Amino acid sequence: MSQLSMRKMMPALLLLCQPAWAEGEFWTFQPPATHIAQQIEGLHSYLMVVILAIFVLVFGVMFYAILRHRKSLGHDAKPFHENTTVEILWTLIPALILLGMAWPAASVVLAQKDTRGATMTIKATGFQWFWAYEYLDFGFGFKSKLATPQAQIDNHHNGGEAKGEHYLLEVDQELVVPVGQKIRILTTANDVIHSWGVPALGVKQDAIPGFIRDTWFKAEKIGTYRGQCVELCGKGHAFMPIVVKVVSDADFKTWIASQQARAKAMQDDPNKAWSDNDLLARGRQVYEANCATCHQADGKGSGPFPALAGSKIANGSKADHLHIVLNGKNAMPNWGSLSDVEIAAVLSYERNSWGNKAEMVHPSDVKTARGAK
Amino acid sequence: MHQAAHTHGGHEAAYESGWARWLYATNHKDIGTLYLWFAFAMFLTGGVMALCIRAELFQPGLQFWQPEFFNQLTTLHGIIMVFGAIMPAFTGLANWMLPLMLGAPDMAFARMNNWSFWLLPPAAALLLISLFVPGGAPAGGWTLYPPLSAQAGMGMDLAIFSIHLLGLSSIMGSINIITTILNMRAPGMTMLKMPLFAWTSLVTAYLLIAVAPVLAGAVTMLLTDRHFGTHFFSAAGGGDPVLFQHIFWFFGHPEVYIMALPAFGIVSQIIPTFARKPLFGYVSMVYATCSIAILSFMVWGHHMFAVGMPATAQLFFMFLTMLIAVPTGVKVFNWIATMWQGSMTFETPMLFAIGFVCLFTVGGFSGLVLSIAPVDTQMQDTYYVVAHFHYVLVAGALFSLFAAVYYWLPKWTGYMYHEGRGKFHFWWSMVWFNVTFFPMHFLGLAGMPRRIPDYALQFTSFNSIASVGAFCFGLGQLLFLYNVIHTIRGGVGPAPARPWEGGNTLEWEVPSPAPHHTWESPPDLTTVRRGLIAQAVEHEGESDEPKSENRA
Ligand code: HEM
Ligand SMILES: [Cu+2]
Repeated sequence: MSQLSMRKMMPALLLLCQPAWAEGEFWTFQPPATHIAQQIEGLHSYLMVVILAIFVLVFGVMFYAILRHRKSLGHDAKPFHENTTVEILWTLIPALILLGMAWPAASVVLAQKDTRGATMTIKATGFQWFWAYEYLDFGFGFKSKLATPQAQIDNHHNGGEAKGEHYLLEVDQELVVPVGQKIRILTTANDVIHSWGVPALGVKQDAIPGFIRDTWFKAEKIGTYRGQCVELCGKGHAFMPIVVKVVSDADFKTWIASQQARAKAMQDDPNKAWSDNDLLARGRQVYEANCATCHQADGKGSGPFPALAGSKIANGSKADHLHIVLNGKNAMPNWGSLSDVEIAAVLSYERNSWGNKAEMVHPSDVKTARGAK
Repeated sequence: MHQAAHTHGGHEAAYESGWARWLYATNHKDIGTLYLWFAFAMFLTGGVMALCIRAELFQPGLQFWQPEFFNQLTTLHGIIMVFGAIMPAFTGLANWMLPLMLGAPDMAFARMNNWSFWLLPPAAALLLISLFVPGGAPAGGWTLYPPLSAQAGMGMDLAIFSIHLLGLSSIMGSINIITTILNMRAPGMTMLKMPLFAWTSLVTAYLLIAVAPVLAGAVTMLLTDRHFGTHFFSAAGGGDPVLFQHIFWFFGHPEVYIMALPAFGIVSQIIPTFARKPLFGYVSMVYATCSIAILSFMVWGHHMFAVGMPATAQLFFMFLTMLIAVPTGVKVFNWIATMWQGSMTFETPMLFAIGFVCLFTVGGFSGLVLSIAPVDTQMQDTYYVVAHFHYVLVAGALFSLFAAVYYWLPKWTGYMYHEGRGKFHFWWSMVWFNVTFFPMHFLGLAGMPRRIPDYALQFTSFNSIASVGAFCFGLGQLLFLYNVIHTIRGGVGPAPARPWEGGNTLEWEVPSPAPHHTWESPPDLTTVRRGLIAQAVEHEGESDEPKSENRA
């Protein structure tokens, strides 16, 4: 099957029923940027041709009968009711057609599943509701969150702000990868099942808490490719996009260097003596980055996620507060991966905001609590 | 829907009247009527939810609902349509029609029949009450995947109990259907001579008995995970969230055919009637039904291609799923061959049956596309899947139900419906169904995820079209309600016992409306034969022994 001619023919066929869509609207696959995505599209075009042929044939016969073999035209019924030859034929022929489909499909399955020989591995972790990436070969990582402002999303009031070009498909920090290299993606999740997929790259892999799955892609073209979480994961399911920026090798190297430097700078100095004010300010950052999605920026909670303002735990003993944050409880994940300073800071912030008044927590408390575990 | 009570004398007078008649109902016709009205009420409920969903999706941005509530709507819509509307409607039809078509006086277990219906209203109530409890209704999709479903509030527990009740009801209904079909056929009606609707009901009932307990088990494990500290589905405790998906889809794929096989049966009754020809390939229809049922236990993995499984498993599920297209194709070819060289007329039931064949075939084609694993990874959890299963469920199951109602309404009520309005209902539904669901294929191809309350701008046009279509489609169903009520109230006049020239199964031998009690003594051999010869399922070498029910 010639993929190219097929790709040209199909749009032509369907052009007839296609009104003038707004710029950038797709009615079929997004232009493929990997070999696999191209093969998938090729398979689909091939299937469509076979299906259309069967469709025309079968419906042609049926509509011929509907038009001609009607009582109103005086057509008499012929009461035949079986014909072994025909029945065997229309069991065997479809089976053969299916074989013709299964063969090319199987080879794509095998290619898709072959994650060997990747030049780098990136771990994608699904959170409610954002993605976090770790460049395992380069020792740094970051969170990638929806960048569309709430005011654009919320149409309840005055119809909302004008929506930007990449509405819901933009993030604060993109996943950056080099062009032409096989990138292996490990997926997992922190809370519920998510799914990491980018249509133009031809990948989709569920991210399952407690398990690691892998997939891969090798982008052939420099560009930015956008996808979304594709497994229902709660109220923020529509709001955790995936944006992959494919850059040249040289650009990738500069980017990596700058990220590594930044990661280093971001680390809290372990020997720093923290003043209460510094700790609270740092705590606010940590809170907004990690806790506010559920407990809300104003600490009032939402739905099943309890309010922290006035909560018994946030105003109670340090030990209980530390326990729930380090160990998690039901829907509350454990936050053991944060540093001692970050945990101390965020707890202090929670204990001294929104009207809460309780003792500060210091990095040394966190260290002790971890030790006791 | 049922007026038989007043048209009959004799011992009829003895049975209860008013509410007691329905609450204590043991008559298969009364119970069938209850099932059908219940299913219709659920269809409207689930339909209103669907419209709420489509209203939100008319435009990008959040305008009507918060995402939490949107997720509750999609979840309840799915559960209500599958378990509340489609399945009870088929059980209702089986109740009403099987005894009539088989020449039996009633269903085998009349009291259990009552019980299996009356479990449904409390089950539905639990689902609807869940909207009002703290945390709201379940919001994890009708598939209820943990850990998301483990996070939910008590609405999830109500849904779990509701599923238990629904499962019990289905199992009891199935036992009744199987026993009735195997033991209560009129003398002379061998298994391979009974109407195809009986065959598909039989196979469906077996499927339900096999998988309803599997679903009950899965949700019970979910319940104990939620409240009693088990960790079946929690990795932190040594469990596996994916285990739930395996169990769910081991139930779920046969469930898909539980909603499709009875539709095949109905269409296989209606097309021969209006083509005035026997059903083509009766025996191959039976084989195709059975092989679809067996294959349905071996393809659940195709719902999980993106979960991650070994390449061999992917190939296994892919090949077997593709194989289902063979018996499905045989069915479509048989229906067309039945129409071929017929003497067709196009009353409303026939229109819906032909509409079914056309659109179900489209759904089958998209199913075939989805069975190709690499293509499915691209489409999984996108609107393409939504388009696919609505083609098989709405244009499939639902259209077949409409066909059945128009077909048997004269028998149920004793009156003819208004043909023009019936036809209008068909064309209206046909057009708007496609306007609603066809664009969803394009959305899915372009990558729009399903179950989202808001979407990127590039998906706007098709979503707006789909929403307009959905509202028009929904509106049209009020006409259906009107048509049914109008018929009950006298329609366009009394219906003869055999309103359809080509109808020759046993239900057309009894008066219209069907009296409260029918076939108290089984139809005599000539009556059975006459119908059978007209159906032309006589086979060479088939025994002609009059009493043959024991062979079953
Ligand atoms: C030609 C026969 C059919 C084939 C080959 C087929 C194939 C498939 C495949 C491969 C999927 C997985 C799609 C995905 O999740 O990515 C699927 C999903 C689905 N199918 Fe079918 N199918 C067929 C007939 C039916 C019928 C008859 C029904 C119902 C009456 C049905 C209802 C569904 C439903 C509800 C889903 C959605 C599952 C979900 O929640 O994701 N299918 N089908
Ligand atoms: Cu997600």
